[in-house]
Amino acid sequence: MRYVSLGLLLFGFWLALSGHYTAFLITIGALSTLFCVAVARRANALDDEGQPVHLFFGTLTYYPWLMWEIAKSGWTVTKIILNPRLPISPTMIKVRAGQKTAAGIATYANSITLTPGTMTVGVDGHDLTVHALVREGALDLKEGGMDRRVRRFEKGL
Amino acid sequence: MQMAMEIASWALILSGSFFVVVGMVGLVRMPELYTRMHAASVTDTLGAGLLIFGMMLQAGLSLVTLKLVFLLALYIFTAPVVTHALARAALHEDVKPLLGRLRAPTLLTRRSKVKSGRRS
Repeated sequence: MRYVSLGLLLFGFWLALSGHYTAFLITIGALSTLFCVAVARRANALDDEGQPVHLFFGTLTYYPWLMWEIAKSGWTVTKIILNPRLPISPTMIKVRAGQKTAAGIATYANSITLTPGTMTVGVDGHDLTVHALVREGALDLKEGGMDRRVRRFEKGL
Repeated sequence: MQMAMEIASWALILSGSFFVVVGMVGLVRMPELYTRMHAASVTDTLGAGLLIFGMMLQAGLSLVTLKLVFLLALYIFTAPVVTHALARAALHEDVKPLLGRLRAPTLLTRRSKVKSGRRS
């Protein structure tokens, strides 16, 4: 199942990047797809983490939500940078990641880093160490809105 | 329709450029490594994202747009990993983050102290 989805994905990727649809090039694409799937199989790279197919439908709603979060916090950081008084209050906090799987924790940590103004500097099991540009950003994170959203995403919603 | 597309696309590209410049200004204004990385992430996410969306509107429904989607996905997955690796390496090397409430005047005196210290 995972091999089939990886194969389809890679072949689609080849078709999209090549843009030339002659029999010769499509054959070469199919061959290299098969080769890559074989290598992935040999390396045992395909499991829950290597290719989390069960998360696919979740991404359709999660990424737009994340982009909106990025836009909001990006605007906040922009106002701080352009403020002549540069009102920053760098804070280091520990945040608990409530996700159950490694892929879920990684998604949460990456989402924190991706939103401007906060970044994950350390991961230890379910404990994330986060550096925030302003204290308010750290407190927002402590409230756990993003944690709950990622937990929902982890369940495939 | 064509006209509206052009206007939307250019609005996205220009605002993307604005955030790239903002990130650059922040990079210069922030006092130390970690806060500078926050400033740089504005360029990374809002700047690059808006530029790519603007270019998608320029390209219309074509293979180029699909390639831009791949580019954005690549960016979304690699940027936080790189940021995390840099911050972690800095912490590992005992680069202490500056913490607490700071304002521009204190930052200025702090900076001048460092400079005078170096001269003596």
